[in-house]
Amino acid sequence: MELLLQGLRKAIEMILSGDPVILEITWRTLKVSLTAIMISTLIGLPAGMMLGLIKFPGRKLILTLINIGMGLPPVVAGLWITLLLWRSGPLSDFELLYTPTAIIIAQTLVSLPIVTGLTATAFQQINEKLIMQIKALGATKIQLVLILLKESRLAILAGIIAGFGRVIAEVGAAMMVGGNISGETRILTTSIVMEVSKGNFDIALALSFILMTIAFLITFCLTYLQQRKRSQ
Amino acid sequence: MFKIKRAFAIMLIMLVALMAACSSSTGNDATKDEPKESGEVERTDIILATTTSTQDSGLLDVLIPMFEEQQPYNVKTVAVGTGQALEMGSRGEADALLVHAPDAEQELVDSEDVVNRQKIMYNDFIIVGPADDPAGIKDAAVAEALTKAFDAKATFVSRGDDSGTHKKELALWKEANLDPAENGSYVETGQGMGSSLQVAAEKKGYILTDRATYLAQKDNLGDFEIMVEGDESLLNIYHVMEVNAEKHEKVKKDGAKAFVEFMIAEDTKKTIADFGVEEYGEPLFFLFE
Repeated sequence: MELLLQGLRKAIEMILSGDPVILEITWRTLKVSLTAIMISTLIGLPAGMMLGLIKFPGRKLILTLINIGMGLPPVVAGLWITLLLWRSGPLSDFELLYTPTAIIIAQTLVSLPIVTGLTATAFQQINEKLIMQIKALGATKIQLVLILLKESRLAILAGIIAGFGRVIAEVGAAMMVGGNISGETRILTTSIVMEVSKGNFDIALALSFILMTIAFLITFCLTYLQQRKRSQ
Repeated sequence: MFKIKRAFAIMLIMLVALMAACSSSTGNDATKDEPKESGEVERTDIILATTTSTQDSGLLDVLIPMFEEQQPYNVKTVAVGTGQALEMGSRGEADALLVHAPDAEQELVDSEDVVNRQKIMYNDFIIVGPADDPAGIKDAAVAEALTKAFDAKATFVSRGDDSGTHKKELALWKEANLDPAENGSYVETGQGMGSSLQVAAEKKGYILTDRATYLAQKDNLGDFEIMVEGDESLLNIYHVMEVNAEKHEKVKKDGAKAFVEFMIAEDTKKTIADFGVEEYGEPLFFLFE
């Protein structure tokens, strides 16, 4: 109990004193996680929409693979990406291992199936009669897509929120492909692991409070966006 | 229709804002990195694979900035177990190694995966355990202490991660002609030194640790004491080496060489010898002299 209070106090101290190292790590965490979830959304939203609306052979197989992907353990993603990015690997020329970009790739890989899968589910639930009706009212294709997007906003944002949760909480892949290098790839979760192994529980706790705070703020914004004018 | 459009306009704006925030942040990243990489000289990244003990004790936090100040390199320190560090060396995934498993290192020297191997420093391993010493091993010789702990079926915590410390521990068991795995009370954590010490403290077990990590963590361990120390078989020797650029073409030879030379320079040695004196009242690493 004492340790908890000590950690909380330390967290407030660290934030108020504007410790440049902490600010830098927090900033990097935000940057990396938001970029990853952005990429996941930009790819996953259209992909999920197509999977949900268009029927084609092999669709069930793809949906199954995506559903498996939702449970892809970050360390597995991390391991695969490490092997690809290694100097002896096929993508070695990009020299991406141990860079923030490598972490973004890993986090995108684990969050993309979540965003895609949940978006696809949302669009599958749309009543076909509604689509016909909208078409009958003379909507263009773009208008149709926009109306359907709005119709399934709740579920789509739920997917993005779940994906973001995955990304911000992820540590295994970030440790592996990022290497927890001070000033370059150290993010909040990997710092927490390191501080625990150093025995600095108070700092680890403080970092955990900072992490939870930013996770809360972003999830709050997304939830607000999701629930906005729901009564309509 | 208007409401729908408005809702979407807002969502789109949010998305664009988010994108702008991200792209500008990546832009910042580039500009932020440049001054750090000190403008005039172009810095090459080199990868140093090392053991958790050098990072957890804080030594590298002092040495790496020193090196980067003197040389146009940016060191990416990857702190892993010695087993993994050596594996990275033998695959050419790192440029320089700083590790502590002399026998395993010799294998890499023989296979010509590494060159220019230099002795840097040493500290020692110690066996620590709960202050009430349930197996009565205090101040015994190493083999005797291990035998006593084994016979008493006392909890013994092992790294179990193929690290330098783990390799050392297995060698000590072998010298005592014992197979620790026969005992149900033998715990393998598979984690770093710091975490393993905490497991040992929690389970009130004995554990082999390097002195540096133990001193750095002592305050978190409760009633824990040094049981066995000072035996010659407990020496913990660190070597630095270059990964052989002739065998692994992507290795940055110049950077690796510069790092090895830096590690054996007089200034660096002095820093190593002084490291920890202020905080713990005794040095954490010693030089060969």
